[in-house]
Amino acid sequence: MFRGAMKLGFVVLAGSLALTACSSTKEEAKAPVTTTTPSSVKPGSAEDFRINVGDTVLFDLDQHSVRGDAQGILQKQAAWLKQYPSVRLMVEGHCDERGTREYNLALGDRRAYAVKEFLVSVGVDAARLQTKSYGKERPVCAEADDSCWQQNRRGFSVISAGAGS
Amino acid sequence: MKKLSQSIFAALALALAAFAPPANAALEIDLNKGVVQPIPIAITDFLGATPRDQQTAAQVAGVIRGDLERSGLFQPLDPRSYVEKITNFSSIPRFGEWRPINAQGLVTGQARQLADGQLQVDFRLWDIFGEQQMIGMSFKTTPENWRRLGHLVADAIYERLTGEKGYFDTRIVFISESGPKTKRRYRLSIMDQDGANPSFLTGGDFIVLSPRFSPTKQAITYMSYERATPSVFVFDLQTGQREVIGQYSGMTFAPRFTPDGNRVVFSYSRDNNVDIYAVDLRSRRPQRLTTDPGIDTSASASPDGARLVFNSDRGGSPQIYVMNADGSGQSRISFGQGRYTTPVWSPRGDLIAFTKQVGQTFSIGVMSPDGQRERILTSSYSEEGPTWSPNGRVILFTRSTPGRGGSSGSSSIWSVDLTGVNLRKVITPGEASDPAWSPLNR
Repeated sequence: MFRGAMKLGFVVLAGSLALTACSSTKEEAKAPVTTTTPSSVKPGSAEDFRINVGDTVLFDLDQHSVRGDAQGILQKQAAWLKQYPSVRLMVEGHCDERGTREYNLALGDRRAYAVKEFLVSVGVDAARLQTKSYGKERPVCAEADDSCWQQNRRGFSVISAGAGS
Repeated sequence: MKKLSQSIFAALALALAAFAPPANAALEIDLNKGVVQPIPIAITDFLGATPRDQQTAAQVAGVIRGDLERSGLFQPLDPRSYVEKITNFSSIPRFGEWRPINAQGLVTGQARQLADGQLQVDFRLWDIFGEQQMIGMSFKTTPENWRRLGHLVADAIYERLTGEKGYFDTRIVFISESGPKTKRRYRLSIMDQDGANPSFLTGGDFIVLSPRFSPTKQAITYMSYERATPSVFVFDLQTGQREVIGQYSGMTFAPRFTPDGNRVVFSYSRDNNVDIYAVDLRSRRPQRLTTDPGIDTSASASPDGARLVFNSDRGGSPQIYVMNADGSGQSRISFGQGRYTTPVWSPRGDLIAFTKQVGQTFSIGVMSPDGQRERILTSSYSEEGPTWSPNGRVILFTRSTPGRGGSSGSSSIWSVDLTGVNLRKVITPGEASDPAWSPLNR
């Protein structure tokens, strides 16, 4: 839940970045309590990657091909990685719970690879990218419904080394 | 580890002289008749000469009652209904006093601590209507393993009345789960078949999945996230030592021993392709068995070791395939509607258990090794991962409930008979998944 709450906060912050200096007080009132301000996000940091680039891409049911809506995020990830050449990524592949454990480990593996291959295809050195499948064992959402299952079918990129703090 | 190694001390068995010559007893169960009415059976509190022996004797009888009742084939009668009070293990019971309470079988016994410190249990199974002893045996072991003596007696009764080996003197390795689904904690765990003597084998700091027993040694193979690359391990239960099956550049998972215990078949993710490999545990040399670009996983060997059943999505959706042990002759056997995963070959060789998903319903089913005669045994929101009792009569599996209203669903182990009856929840210390049955402890 902690990760979910943080992410919601970041979405709001990212939104306020896009606005002019006159921020939307209504939206900020809804956000979880956080002292982070846009100006405190250090360029090249893990936080910068999460907030300003995006760490998660979603997959269709039973699929491991990179969706159109994921390509923009991965393009941004690749551009950011070019800007910060010492950074390495761990790409996690995840599944929803509507499959069996072992098959999902393999499917999560394919999803992680699909993200890696896309990043490589747009110029990221493969040596900077590792993959790991968690199958259905690390969902972000535990409800038994389509919206949760969609959130759980994801490729999640985590900075494993080289980011400024 | 001390406890684990103690539990494998062989219990000595010897037959007691029968009081009547063996004849064609009326009291027998034909397991092939489909749904069987449980046989009413009286299991007396065993006798003991000292207060300590008496207490042990009563506890052993309780273990026997529990085993036979859970099998679904027996209905242990309430001891308070018994008319005759058995006071001498060596005398013939008054059969006429057991007929009014409808007992068809009667079990008598005694327990005693021997001079060498061992605990011995003697028992006799009587056919009430045939008026004769059907079987009499003695078992002994160290006193702290007293529950095993009950399981051995229950196995002997089961075998005498069904003609098939029992499965009570066995253990179950499984994954204990705790915490919300988003931060699940997984611990490799082991317990007796009836839920007694549970213990954790790993601490919960990393994910562990899919444990499976060695058919020949006190060892299990499983998959663990304790290293940077999730890997297949072998855990020696006698030494407590655990080690990876080899150095692989990608994830290794879905392990299972071959019937001779010398090899592990598993899946290996290499260059974006998941294939099935087998590794000889002595030479550590892997052999690649599949090369298809699809996902190939969940391999399970036939009892003679000659063939493997496995899961592949090479045809577009996950289905069940078979191949020879060297990877040749791969062919698909599941053609029904839906997705088929986790095939497991029965120890009798005649059936393959699997998970089937149609829409949002998951089922555990069985089919012949040629894919024919599919039968669904149980269905719910989520069922998966069947494992067979060593006699091929009972299947354990994981059932999970849906998460709703902010609360995670829960996982538990269930058992069901091969015929789809006697569905029961297995008692575990907490939430549990991925059960795997041991071979008989003997």
